Amino acid sequence: MTLKLDARIPDGPLHEKWDECRFHDKLVNPANKRKFKIIVVGAGLAGGSAAAALGELGYQVEVFVFHDTPRRAHSIAAQGGINAAKNYKNDGDSIRRLFYDTIKGGDYRAREANVFRLAQISNHIIDHCVAIGVPFAREYGGLLDNRSFGGAQVSRTFYARGQTGQQLLLGCYQSLLRQVHAGKVRFHARKEMLDLVKVDGHARGIIVRDLVTGEITRHAADAVVLATGGYGNVFFLSTNAKNSNVTAAFRAYKRGAGFANPCFTQIHPTCIPVSSEYQSKLTLMSESLRNDGRVWVPKQKGDQRPPNEIPEDERDYFLERRYPSFGNLVPRDVASRAIKERCDAGYGVGATGMAVYLDFRDAIQRLGRKVIEERYGNLFAMYEKITGEDPYEVPMKIYPAVHYTMGGLWVDYHLMSTIPGMFVLGEANFSDHGANRLGASALMQGLSDGFFVIPYTIGDYLARHGTMDPKQKVQPDHPAFDEVESEVRARIQKLLDVKGSTPVDVFHRRLGHLMWDECGMARSKEGLERALQEIPKIRAEFWKDVAIPGDPKEFNQELEKAGRVADFLEFAELMCMDALHRNESCGGHFRVEYQTEEGEALRDDENYAYVAVWEHRGPDQPPELNKEPLVFEAVHPSTRSYK
Amino acid sequence: MEQKSMRLTLRVWRQDGPNDAGHVETLQVDGILEDMSFLEMLDKVNQDLIRAGKEPIAFDHDCREGICGTCSLMIDGVAHGPMKGTTACQLHMRHFRDGDTITIEPWRSGAFPVVKDLVVDRSAFDRILQAGGYVSVNTGAAPDAHTLPVPKPDADAAFDAAACIGCGACVASCPNGSAMLFVAAKVSHLARLPQGQPERRKRVLDMVAQMDAEGFGACSNHYECEAVCPKEISARVIAEMNRDYLESRLCSGS
Repeated sequence: MTLKLDARIPDGPLHEKWDECRFHDKLVNPANKRKFKIIVVGAGLAGGSAAAALGELGYQVEVFVFHDTPRRAHSIAAQGGINAAKNYKNDGDSIRRLFYDTIKGGDYRAREANVFRLAQISNHIIDHCVAIGVPFAREYGGLLDNRSFGGAQVSRTFYARGQTGQQLLLGCYQSLLRQVHAGKVRFHARKEMLDLVKVDGHARGIIVRDLVTGEITRHAADAVVLATGGYGNVFFLSTNAKNSNVTAAFRAYKRGAGFANPCFTQIHPTCIPVSSEYQSKLTLMSESLRNDGRVWVPKQKGDQRPPNEIPEDERDYFLERRYPSFGNLVPRDVASRAIKERCDAGYGVGATGMAVYLDFRDAIQRLGRKVIEERYGNLFAMYEKITGEDPYEVPMKIYPAVHYTMGGLWVDYHLMSTIPGMFVLGEANFSDHGANRLGASALMQGLSDGFFVIPYTIGDYLARHGTMDPKQKVQPDHPAFDEVESEVRARIQKLLDVKGSTPVDVFHRRLGHLMWDECGMARSKEGLERALQEIPKIRAEFWKDVAIPGDPKEFNQELEKAGRVADFLEFAELMCMDALHRNESCGGHFRVEYQTEEGEALRDDENYAYVAVWEHRGPDQPPELNKEPLVFEAVHPSTRSYK
Repeated sequence: MEQKSMRLTLRVWRQDGPNDAGHVETLQVDGILEDMSFLEMLDKVNQDLIRAGKEPIAFDHDCREGICGTCSLMIDGVAHGPMKGTTACQLHMRHFRDGDTITIEPWRSGAFPVVKDLVVDRSAFDRILQAGGYVSVNTGAAPDAHTLPVPKPDADAAFDAAACIGCGACVASCPNGSAMLFVAAKVSHLARLPQGQPERRKRVLDMVAQMDAEGFGACSNHYECEAVCPKEISARVIAEMNRDYLESRLCSGS
């Protein structure tokens, strides 16, 4: 029952693979496209752009979102920017350099061919987004401005103040609405996908719950696209939106889709620290702040003086000290670990000692307050709202937090999962970021997948495996739908039947604490084994005592949460298993047993240069590990150095 | 550091669904910390309600960092509460005092029917944008981004308008239930950019027609919308839209 992991990487040199793929892919005649129906789940940058582009081509598209409108997807919260290899700054950038930085940034755990394509497409994304009216930042001459981001020594990040994700998402959303107006796309708001339906091994539809009426409905299609985001909320506290969850991806996993590198989690270095036990989420302060902000702690342990009273020579700018060539702009995983190291060693600041300073004093002196305001005004305002402190006057206090998940459903070069007919885009797939994502690359990947990859590759699938004959098409009354729908209903009923007394959030918080302690920034064999013993206990208590008040046939937010947390309680085990099996440190996966004398990640290319793809084997069976070897032809894996 | 704990009286709108009459429920709540956000305060109240075997208060929320536009609470009669330029999710309890009574209601507008308790249906906004709030360019057709310079002041003004999060506070605060600030923000964003010019006239006519069809009221210059907008979008965009609308009507000859 081992998964067949054919990545379908085209032949030829790296820079010709995407051309090769598009040339050999079969096409669907323009007049025939309307005979195919495609379901898109999620309408963030990946899903929204996919739905718009597929609608433009003439396919019938059905979009499902659990939000009240597609404009709410969590891509909207991305602050800093989007990378592209335009080399508008004349500073030595190229497609090859963006590719190289991304592969290196990912600590050599991403697939070369996909990353190269991403770098090639990056420039088209900027062109298209400008054309649809995204108001990127500009210079006085009217041309686009760029800034620097971590892990790169060139300025290639396009941005719209500190709201780049918002502006790109609204661009996608507007393109999507244009297709709704044209009758090509139908969107279904407040509908949550609860399962995937397969017929003869191919994805042929989904089961959804209407979050307002509780109604369970079936939807059949010729292909299914999942663009359902990441699973950072398994940690309860993360920078993700509260409703982000793993359910759609996890249910697909249970139907046979391989789950790749689930332990690869990104801990973002600059977030507002936890302040109370009732904290519901953590707020990111964009990586772009590290362009002008300097990270430091007092040189003296437990120094209680206010930061502005600590003289220059008593400050330790530890990122600049440890990594002189990249300084404050080292990649996220490196910065996060360095911050944790200082705090663990007793140099942390603030009430809890779990914070370091991010200081703009020097930048304000050098550039003036107005320039800083223009660059980061909204971020400074956000910081002040949350903490009550003014970062123009007092340095920000920051600490790392869970931000993004590089792991996700396994996909081939066509972005198709191990289930034929099911494609996975954006953060929900695993393919482009390896073990660590560079800043400003998530927006790039979401839009690349949606606008520029899926429109080609899905056509090849439909031309080869789809049918245009209405009589041959799978209908929602097919027995496969009966079966899956009854399982969905049974699962909801099982949740309601618990009739316990403890709110869902209590279990979620407990799981989150455990995952942060044992499967967070530093992982160990003992800790992961402990987590693998504890998770089933929390799960058992959840199924014994969870309280879900209200009616399942109406708007019921506790029922929504319970379903998602039930999945997190199973998925967390998969993450820990993956982290435990990977006896190396790479990118965001840091196993304390595998580090250099200087505390940097110690990779093991001989034994772990592969994608770990987990296969569900049934409720009482452990999942099976499958491996896709990573072959590096253009780049030779070396120890990352940002010194 | 020990935070001060507050005791509050909440007067919360409870409504089972669009056809229920709804009522105000009074709750005594305790143990509220000043570092909590307003929504974290509601989280705690809900936990206590669930433990007491009661139904929690339904309210919409997602990002909790002021950008998704999902949260939508009238707090003491002001959309998103007392702090200027702040969504309810970014409002913190340090701005309230021990012993305060706080009234929490959903957005109040005929065009936003209540789904449950504090949750409303804002799908009218999607339909207004569907009528023309976009640039009709297909994927793959764009020239190099730098073939189209945009003067920085125009790009900045377009951004200021485009910062709208579609929360609906403007509608909820307007005595006429007008959606002019929301509609004008999109019209102005695109009208300020060269990319928006080819469809400029048709866009404003179609979007305004849809706005009227959805049952939103007219603007009579109260400026309540601007006062509560969490993104501080200027009511100037309404004047710009009116000018565009008039010009487009005259030019279209209808």
